[in-house]
Amino acid sequence: MNEGWLALMQQAFSLLLSLDPDVWSIISVSFSVSFAALIITLIPSIMLGFLLASYQFPGRWFVTNIVQTLQSIPTVVIGLLAYLLLTRNGPLGDLRWLFTQQGMILGQMMICAPVLIALSQAAFSSIDKRAYETSRTLGASWQRAIWTVCRELRVPLLLAVIAAFSRILTEVGCSMMVGGNILHHTRNIPTAIALETSKGDFAQAIALGLVLLILAIVINFAIGSLRGKAMPRSQ
Amino acid sequence: MFNFKSGLTAVIGMALMGSTMVSDTVEATEVIKLATTTSTDNSGLLRAILPTFEAESGYKVQVIATGTGKALKLARQGDVDVVMTHAPAAEAKFVNEGYGTTPRGIMENDFVVLGPKDDPAKMSGSKDVVEAFKKVATNKSTFISRGDNSGTNMKELAIWKEASVTPDFSGYTSIGQGMGKTLLMADEKQAYTLTDRGTFVAYKSKLDLAITFEGGAALANPYQIMLINAEKYPELNHQGAKALSDWFISPQAQQMINDFKVQGEQLFKATYK
Repeated sequence: MNEGWLALMQQAFSLLLSLDPDVWSIISVSFSVSFAALIITLIPSIMLGFLLASYQFPGRWFVTNIVQTLQSIPTVVIGLLAYLLLTRNGPLGDLRWLFTQQGMILGQMMICAPVLIALSQAAFSSIDKRAYETSRTLGASWQRAIWTVCRELRVPLLLAVIAAFSRILTEVGCSMMVGGNILHHTRNIPTAIALETSKGDFAQAIALGLVLLILAIVINFAIGSLRGKAMPRSQ
Repeated sequence: MFNFKSGLTAVIGMALMGSTMVSDTVEATEVIKLATTTSTDNSGLLRAILPTFEAESGYKVQVIATGTGKALKLARQGDVDVVMTHAPAAEAKFVNEGYGTTPRGIMENDFVVLGPKDDPAKMSGSKDVVEAFKKVATNKSTFISRGDNSGTNMKELAIWKEASVTPDFSGYTSIGQGMGKTLLMADEKQAYTLTDRGTFVAYKSKLDLAITFEGGAALANPYQIMLINAEKYPELNHQGAKALSDWFISPQAQQMINDFKVQGEQLFKATYK
């Protein structure tokens, strides 16, 4: 490295602080795509987690294990799957979603749904099923009863949401494959870092890396304080 | 459960350590690190001819294939022993600034413009590539640019400049990826793109695209191999680098470059005089 570290860091900070339009367009693509994917999958996934935790039905064991497996598949494999679905001759080719934000959202939904389902299932399993049934017998509708249980479990559920969101915000494999890293359109933080590093332009890569780093620190501190609050007090 | 987990981690960790230890004990022959462009690597040229050099010289060549911009950057930083690229202007700068020495033109191939078979911009029959590019812009056709500072990308930007077109019209798509990915995206979107002939031939069977413009001096693509200044980075393998550069200009290697064919087509023309 003949470019001094200090100079690089300086450039990186000035890119962020001067609101460099390219850098901020990349950041906004990252967040808007990942938020969309999270919002769309959130309610169905939590519902499914609740079902898997609360009811015995044929195939439940199988679904649970599939979800657990999907959680640990590398994102490039999910990217490959989404690519094959969306390619011009693929089953969803007529949508023309390959190399668009819609395609990226679809890919990220496939990545974050299993995380949400598995973690919310674990959360719902931790609570006595009678909580739900009691509120039902008290005359609450099923939606309302689930809502009550969710409020009870807000900390573990919020942790599930944060875990899912940070997984899709930071994955590079699927975004690169399905989004195609198009400037101002599907270039997000991880794919931009990959590109700038391959070009040998480290300042922008460091600036974007800093954004993820700061986010990770904030999220982890938030999780830490939530966990602390959720700890049962010793009697 | 936790005990099982930590036990498993320990086993895997030990297995990994064991494997690295084994690989460390393998005798190291002298390695030459060659930074080059994806086009020479993707086309299979280096895989076809380097084994001969390795067998004759006893060196082992490690190829680091990236865009021209990154390859020259690696050479500037002394991360590689020798560099082979195809961007005359950037190479001249690299030599003039004292980083590179002994530039030798060893071969050339050419760029071609690809597009949909029905050629919506009607560029075939243009008098030169500049006119062909202008037609893409006026027609607002989709054009996929590598956008990764590679030799091909620099060439493309130079043509836009020549055509006095700012490449920000609605169909212009900059993707920051290698040649192969760019071709696949152009195929998917049925768009125009600029590529070196080698990568196109290698991908031909996968693509539903045609050459919509070729020929002319502007599309020539000369390759140079350059050594790295020993005064700046004395610790590099300069002996190996020189041996490789010398071998590339030998009649035997020049013949091998001419004889290298993909799907029956000659990709590179040896040019060392």
